[in-house]
Amino acid sequence: MTVTAAALTPASRAAPKAPRDRTLLLMLPAWAMLIVMFLVPLVLFFVRTFAEFDGTTAEFIDQAQDLLLSQPYLTALGTTNWISLIVTVTVLLIGYPIAYYLTTATGIGVRIVVLSIVLPYFTSIIVRTFSWMVLLGEHGLVNNTLMASGLIHAPLPLMYNRLGVLIGMSYVLLPYMVLTLYAAMRAIDPSLLRASASLGASGFYTFCRVYFPLSLHGVLSGALIVYILSIGFFITPALMGGQHDIMIAMLIDRALEVAVDWPSAALMSLTLLIVTLVLYAIYYRITDIRRLIGAR
Amino acid sequence: MVQMDTVLAERGGAVAMVADTTPTASRVGTDAGAGGSAIELRGLTKRYGDETVVNDIAVSIAPGEFFSLLGPSGSGKTTTLMMVAGFVRPDGGAILVDGKDIAMVPPQKRGFGMVFQNYAIFPHLNVFENVAFPLRARHWAKDAVGERVTWALDLVRLGRFADRDSRQLSGGQQQRVALARAIVFHPNVVLMDEPLGALDKNLRFEMQVEIKEIQQRLGMTVLYVTHDQEEAMSMSDRIAIMNHGRIDQVGPPGEVYERPTSLFVSRFLGEANLIEGVVVAEGGEIARLRLPSGQELRAPRDNSCGTGAGMLFIRPERVEIVPGTGASADPGTNALAGTVRRCSFLGNILRYAVELDGAAPITVDLQNAAGIAPLPVGAPVVLRWPVADSLILAAEA
Repeated sequence: MTVTAAALTPASRAAPKAPRDRTLLLMLPAWAMLIVMFLVPLVLFFVRTFAEFDGTTAEFIDQAQDLLLSQPYLTALGTTNWISLIVTVTVLLIGYPIAYYLTTATGIGVRIVVLSIVLPYFTSIIVRTFSWMVLLGEHGLVNNTLMASGLIHAPLPLMYNRLGVLIGMSYVLLPYMVLTLYAAMRAIDPSLLRASASLGASGFYTFCRVYFPLSLHGVLSGALIVYILSIGFFITPALMGGQHDIMIAMLIDRALEVAVDWPSAALMSLTLLIVTLVLYAIYYRITDIRRLIGAR
Repeated sequence: MVQMDTVLAERGGAVAMVADTTPTASRVGTDAGAGGSAIELRGLTKRYGDETVVNDIAVSIAPGEFFSLLGPSGSGKTTTLMMVAGFVRPDGGAILVDGKDIAMVPPQKRGFGMVFQNYAIFPHLNVFENVAFPLRARHWAKDAVGERVTWALDLVRLGRFADRDSRQLSGGQQQRVALARAIVFHPNVVLMDEPLGALDKNLRFEMQVEIKEIQQRLGMTVLYVTHDQEEAMSMSDRIAIMNHGRIDQVGPPGEVYERPTSLFVSRFLGEANLIEGVVVAEGGEIARLRLPSGQELRAPRDNSCGTGAGMLFIRPERVEIVPGTGASADPGTNALAGTVRRCSFLGNILRYAVELDGAAPITVDLQNAAGIAPLPVGAPVVLRWPVADSLILAAEA
């Protein structure tokens, strides 16, 4: 018995390994592109800017501390996280019912909703942001309509302030949330909801105790992905924000374009990158758990 | 309409039978279940587009009865169950529970326990919480929940598994959790949709016995859907055979098996020999069936059968097989001469296929008893069976 087992094991292990090694070759072009166009420039950027610094290490750390504890940086950090948080919550609250609708409804309604979610997904972010500016401006469609209907007498400040940033970013990021939630909700076995009802649970109880817990990993995945994308947002807050809505990406841009202060820009970029990677690690863990459940 | 009449006629007798046996048998033991409710389906109908999936079904199920809907896939049995559960809205007819129409009652208010084909165990809850779910949904006090869940888990012999992650359970264990969850709140009615379909054969038999024991102990009414005839026969007080959205026949397993009223029922339930011929009328219960060969067989005639094309129905285990060619003169016995074409060894039985002159071969089952030597292929044999064990049914149009 032991002899056969020992003789079989290496062979059975080796068999599936060979084709997998070769399929990995298919990843070569992607890797090459990623390395040449993303990883190398990124590393070069950091290495060069930090190499140009001609002081001692202690001085460097001093300067880095000064920058990272400076008022503009801390304000931008707070603004960035606050905006990201509100955008994430907003997108979740809007996206959850949409995703649920998509999993249950059939026919033309679904196609319309999918189209209106996916089409913007493939549209340039600048185009989408400008569309909102047309709608929300002082003489935009929204204000004009409200004024004409007599509901308001002066234009509402819908843009060039925090509200404009939140509206624009939420809109741009909504598809990510909806598609992530949709994938999670589609995986929920409908017979579990029937079981819940047959066992005497009201619709609300079923939602709280069965549906929402089972969609939770989708909620976390979607929230993390929206948050990760939010903290690096540049175009929408730059175009639709006011002077107090400076996010980190804009601060980096200013350091490069206005102050030509490459070390500061590099340092801020590095911190942003680290935060993103940490959040991504969490995201990865969650999606891994999901796969574990799905694969059982 | 003929079917309706037989359904009604048989219902009366069977209900009386259940009322005689069930209460005494089921209330033994310390578990005082809430008992069972009576269920009545009146002209229940469901259409999907042009197709009538369930067609004017009428059934009356007694309190504490184990009632099975048996039929091939697509016969409407699951749709019927889903209408009783409240997940499918009927297009016609009524469902009455203890005399009250429950058409407007949503599933969560019907108070039925339900076991699904795929078990529908909540993957994010452990075994205890799965079973506690119906109690928590009813806002039971914490102590009562613990006590009752322990009771239910002990009943299905999963007491040690309370803390187990429900995703780590085997199929049989999941089945038990689903069962415990369906009975933990002492429902009067438990609905089961092919609950054992995904289990392997030995485990299925074990669970049949367990489900039946629990049902008798708690005295609950069970409406059970299955396509497995052995399962239906071994567990049920009565079986309804469904075909194309209609109930073909209702009755206790023995009656449906021994005295099918249609060719479909005779073929669907167990093995059946059906010998084609022409019915020759004769006063009284016994009719004669003339075979194409000219020979005549005698058998009791089903009500639905007039003169004309008919089929003689006889179970393989009721046929006696005798080597030789001699004919029988006994008027209480039918006899046919034939030749052994095949003998299959099925373990506990030997199954012969016997060829007749110009007719479909007849299957004969013989107990694999001690001292039995299989007959060789090609051997001439005589098949004999008592007239009373066979039945003449109307041939299908």
